[in-house]
Amino acid sequence: MRVLVAMSGGVDSSVAAAQMVEQGHDVVGVTLKLWEGPNGEAPTAGCCTVSDSEDARRVAAQLDIPYYVLNYTSAFGQGVIDKFVDDYLRGWTPNPCVECNRSVKFDKLLDQAAEFDCDVLVTGHYARVRRANGRYRLLRGLDPSKDQSYVLYMLGQQQLSRVQFPVGEQTKAETRAIAEELGLRTAFKADSQDICFVGKGDYRDFVDGHTDAATAPGDMVDTEGNKVAEHAGVVGFTVGQRRGLGVTFGEPRYVVKVEPSTSTVVLGKKEDLETADCVLREVTWTDQPHEGPASFQYRAHGDPAPCSVAEQSDGSWLVTFIEPQLAIAPGQSGVLYNDDEVLGGGTITRGT
Amino acid sequence: MLYVDHAATSPMRPEVWEAMAPFAGEKFGNASGLHGIARQAKNALEEAREEAAALLGAAPMEIVFTSGGTESDNLAVKGAALVGGRRGGVVTTAIEHEAVLESAEFLSRFGCPVQWVQPSAGGVVSVDDVLAAVSSDTTVVSVMSANNETGIRQPVAELAGRMDGPLLHTDAVQAFASDDLHVGDLGVDLLSLAAHKFGGPKGVGLLYVRSGTNLEPVQHGGGQELGRRSGTHNAMGAVGMATAMRSAASQRANFCEQVRAERDSFESKVVKAGGVATGADVARLPQHAHVRLPDTTNETVLIRLDTAGVAAAAGSACQSGAVSVSHVLAAMGWDAEMAGGALRFTFGWTTEPGDGARAADALLAAWGKTP
Repeated sequence: MRVLVAMSGGVDSSVAAAQMVEQGHDVVGVTLKLWEGPNGEAPTAGCCTVSDSEDARRVAAQLDIPYYVLNYTSAFGQGVIDKFVDDYLRGWTPNPCVECNRSVKFDKLLDQAAEFDCDVLVTGHYARVRRANGRYRLLRGLDPSKDQSYVLYMLGQQQLSRVQFPVGEQTKAETRAIAEELGLRTAFKADSQDICFVGKGDYRDFVDGHTDAATAPGDMVDTEGNKVAEHAGVVGFTVGQRRGLGVTFGEPRYVVKVEPSTSTVVLGKKEDLETADCVLREVTWTDQPHEGPASFQYRAHGDPAPCSVAEQSDGSWLVTFIEPQLAIAPGQSGVLYNDDEVLGGGTITRGT
Repeated sequence: MLYVDHAATSPMRPEVWEAMAPFAGEKFGNASGLHGIARQAKNALEEAREEAAALLGAAPMEIVFTSGGTESDNLAVKGAALVGGRRGGVVTTAIEHEAVLESAEFLSRFGCPVQWVQPSAGGVVSVDDVLAAVSSDTTVVSVMSANNETGIRQPVAELAGRMDGPLLHTDAVQAFASDDLHVGDLGVDLLSLAAHKFGGPKGVGLLYVRSGTNLEPVQHGGGQELGRRSGTHNAMGAVGMATAMRSAASQRANFCEQVRAERDSFESKVVKAGGVATGADVARLPQHAHVRLPDTTNETVLIRLDTAGVAAAAGSACQSGAVSVSHVLAAMGWDAEMAGGALRFTFGWTTEPGDGARAADALLAAWGKTP
């Protein structure tokens, strides 16, 4: 089998490539150049740095596989960065990793894999794909602390039939042990943490630098509408946020709502973040649509909450929780599971 | 393996390495020294300089050995603009190699007036447009002899004949393999070459500097190369470059005939299948084929060619090796989609009869057409 491995320069995709080589496949490695500075220079912080692609290149050379850097700056700019900025400007909490998987890795790259005569696209995600009776199921990765199935919920049968996640079948510790045993230079490389194109910088600075829309100063109000403070702009505030509010009270206060149209940030107590249900749009299913009991996850490493889902007359899906949930922000991905299996998911358009 | 990327670099000629080898061994001296070992290196360096000069119709003292085309371009453009502590004006074109473009950008950041002349849609810069951009501030005009992506020739000699005042520099890095470059006939003051484009070693080049031309050095130190380029002489590289120049010059007539035949057979097959040849109706280098395949992306085609053992190029790549949008094609008015279908196949001294047809067949297969 000829396989295309998306190599980020990290340990997971390095080991994924090594395992495919070990299994005797004809392997091609690629790194996606996703973004660049205003003058076309490679970023020096975050991911996609020259040193990341050089790590991937060196691992590919060690594995003796062809390796290419593919220019995805335009697809990533339109599909991910523009949407990230738009989401923040409307007071949502974006999930760029999900958008990247949806519109870049498992869309354009999957198409390109076919153009390179590759049967399968391999990535270093911690998730598992199972085939039974001609249908494909997407399961959580074996290592619960590293599970990344949440950011892969948009994969349908078409995509699942053409992807493989070898490291999802093992723990992170096992992945590192394999890398060490093979002497891969990425064996001890730290995991990436931040959003790749923001790095350790400030989201607000990033958004300001990518839009002409003014991020106007405005009021912080309590849930009754009384002004309690002022802020420099709504971008960067996200539902459930407690730190960095620029104002302190006798007891903890949280962002419960962000209203860009009036440049208002609403603060409340913890109980104001509670919600009994939420609404999902742009819902996709890994196989058949599912109604009834499920469990619901709305953060990458959040605990799944028991719920019931039902389609509404306008095509959106209502998720009703058994126990109220805290701080569900519009823009986040809501993913439905049955035990370890991803059923599908969508974008939360109404939460707390 | 079929190598059709000679514009990126050519393999070293065996006689070149043979001539260089002693200087990696027993003749290791520093040409600036006083002793016998140093004299060996110095003699070889000066013989190389004489040979390079003779092949260009220049005097030996007009040849400055450098680390390659990029350094030669930097020295020419910056050295001419900054001479005498001035911030002289630069006129260049939008299709130059990055070594010239970025040198001009650098000068512009430091207050030198810079003008970039656009080419026609056909990829040729007009002499009238260049002359119109020249003003009393202009100290140097830099126009390449032939473009590295398209192979299209630029009217350097005509410009030299019609221009008075500023120094004229030409980046002739792509042209030397096929063109008998005589600095007197060309009428230029400064001319850049890189050895590895015609079978010499990488890391060595030269700048022809017309006698009497004032240049501000850009690399400072021990004052080698008549104070124009400091740094320990690369005698080994200079010997390699001169040997490669001699070989290329002596075989040039045959070379041109052969690469043109391969290029033409390549192009006719590709055009017949629906490709579009760039510059087919203007003067261009015989070893260059630049084609556009509609409805495809060069990235995919190049990777499929690589899988098939064919080494070609898109003409523009960033540091990571990713294909990027070409500034040359953008200047010619191509949009991103058109530029995304552009491919460069370049033939060279190792090209054999039939390579053009083989390259075309491989390209058509990668493109999904039946040859």
